[in-house]
Amino acid sequence: MNKKSRYFTGFLILLTCMCILFFLNLISGSVKFSLNEVIDILFGKSNDISEYNIIFKIRLPRITSALILGGALSLSGFLLQTFFSNPIAGPFILGISSGAKLVSAAVMIFFLSRGIILNSASLVISAFIGSIMSMGFILIISGRVKKMSVLIISGVMIGYICSAVTDIIVTFADDSNIVNLHNWSMGTFSGTDWDDIKVISIISFVLLVCAFLMSKPMSAYQMGEGYAINMGVNIKLFRAELILLSSLLSACVTAFAGPVSFVGIAVPHLVKSLFGTAKPIIIIPASFLGGAVFCLFCDLIARTLFSPVELSISSVTAVFGSPVVMWIMLKKQRRKL
Amino acid sequence: MNVICAENLSVGYGKKIIVGDIDFKVRHGEILTIIGANGSGKSTILKSILQQLEIMGGAVFINGKNIREMSGNEVSRSMSAVMTERIEPELMTCGDVVESGRYPYTNRLGILSKNDSKKTDEAMKLVGVESLKYTDFNCISDGQRQRVMLARAICQEPEILVLDEPTSFLDIHHKLELLNILKKLVKEKNLAVIMSLHELDLAQKVSDRIICINNGMAEKNGTPEEIFSGDYISRLYNMNNKNFNHYYCSAELERPQGKPQIFVISGGGDGISVYRRLQRMGIPFSAGVVHENDIEYPVIMSLAVETVIEKAFEPVSDLSVKKALEIMKKCSAVINTCNKWGTMNKGNDVLLETAEKFGLLIQTDDILKKLRL
Repeated sequence: MNKKSRYFTGFLILLTCMCILFFLNLISGSVKFSLNEVIDILFGKSNDISEYNIIFKIRLPRITSALILGGALSLSGFLLQTFFSNPIAGPFILGISSGAKLVSAAVMIFFLSRGIILNSASLVISAFIGSIMSMGFILIISGRVKKMSVLIISGVMIGYICSAVTDIIVTFADDSNIVNLHNWSMGTFSGTDWDDIKVISIISFVLLVCAFLMSKPMSAYQMGEGYAINMGVNIKLFRAELILLSSLLSACVTAFAGPVSFVGIAVPHLVKSLFGTAKPIIIIPASFLGGAVFCLFCDLIARTLFSPVELSISSVTAVFGSPVVMWIMLKKQRRKL
Repeated sequence: MNVICAENLSVGYGKKIIVGDIDFKVRHGEILTIIGANGSGKSTILKSILQQLEIMGGAVFINGKNIREMSGNEVSRSMSAVMTERIEPELMTCGDVVESGRYPYTNRLGILSKNDSKKTDEAMKLVGVESLKYTDFNCISDGQRQRVMLARAICQEPEILVLDEPTSFLDIHHKLELLNILKKLVKEKNLAVIMSLHELDLAQKVSDRIICINNGMAEKNGTPEEIFSGDYISRLYNMNNKNFNHYYCSAELERPQGKPQIFVISGGGDGISVYRRLQRMGIPFSAGVVHENDIEYPVIMSLAVETVIEKAFEPVSDLSVKKALEIMKKCSAVINTCNKWGTMNKGNDVLLETAEKFGLLIQTDDILKKLRL
């Protein structure tokens, strides 16, 4: 009973935080609203077109994408941590986001230079190809070396290589859209429209449901591969599904928001501490919610701290996320002593 | 009826066969133990039975059904495992770990029913870890860990239990405790057990049948009585047979070589510590007259350079005494470890008297002093 009430409280906290941050994000910015004004605008009681546009064309899409993409990113981190049984695995640190960034930037520039603007679906596909490529490298390395630190270092290196190549491509692209591209490659939740959000939410929610349905074999896998097989898990299929899911999730995020650091590592860990469990059936929905809360919070800071100058989302998530990673490492060391 | 049997099974990694020609049958309530040197392939066999490795040849049958033709769920309902690898699950209590054994019985999302929780509690109680239910799995001792893992395996309600070196990290008390629990489980639940063990003495005591793995095959398959006889175990582990006692499965270290410097008048058991002490000091010694059925006999045979042995249940003969006196004369000191005198070892009295007469008799603690002079 005790456990159940803790889970309930956990979800309640996350949902409350999400609601509060949702409205905070709506009212704050270079144009400030009161809560009543926002509610009026939301329910169509206000006739001011510019106010309507600020809320419906700028803030609401941005909030929605931060919410969904944050959730997707954190979920992808949790899946990767489970897969590699490594607490600091995540799409960014393993170079998966950077791989996605590289391929989608290359594809984007290729078509832009021919005057074609890509739609969001093809952007996702190219990001997915990139993330699968990085993932492939990581899998080859993890198959050969079982050491946790080697895995992380290789991931970081892959990330650097991909970022370097992306930079080179961007340098030689020489296009008027480069400013846009640059913004995107730093990571941001702005610039999404409702069509993008449709794609984002369909992909994310389908993947979330898929991940949730996999929570049973995932819980077996947390006991180690040997025991998972003994419990009747089809391990090859399961691993393939897990890789596919996490790559798709991080590809989806990268395609729309660029690479966002530390959400994938920090949030699942914070959520596990909040709920006092690592059970996938709880942590999968919880880390999605947690990711949403975390990204709403970070995006709020990125937008408002030095307004009207906007920070890149990654610099904010890094400030809050990296201490968590250090905390994880210290905790792990302490347990070993 | 056999619950699990292997026919002409070959196992290995990749394409390389490590052990071939494995045949065994295990019935309900029976413990089959696999023994063999390090790297002989014991774990490989168990991993192949558990389907963690591809079977390279032959087949494993559960209740007459080829394991390859069974679904994962079907296999997991009839066979559970305790592996050597240490797991470090995150934020899991011992109760959570045991609960995971219910996996094959839960629904699509793995939510436990009341019955599942009941089975979990039962399994924990059976193994004596019910007090650990809410304790973090990473915060318990190795002995407790193994018991929790055993409870997990029981919770899976298998007919067959596979254990890979379940006692390896445990101290002697916990080794015995675990095997006692296992024995009890086998009896109560009528389980068939296949396990590998490094501890020969325990294998000898706990197993109903033993398979010995050597030179890439199941070299011998039999009851403990058949396996632990003659010099087979010494050959299996490539040891000097004189150093190994197959009654107790105990081995002595290498015998000090050279001309015997000390003669030990032996018999009764108190001498054993003296022989081992001399071995540690590297002093070659001779011993006698000792009976074949004396508790000291195996140790003397392993460690003494020269020995005078008397037939079991016969009094020490004049001939033996004469032989012992001759050896004694060549030594620079004599230690008497015998303090029980009876009809059978009366002859040793002569040895003691002679030693006293010539001033050879010393106390054990004076060995070094005496030898330095």
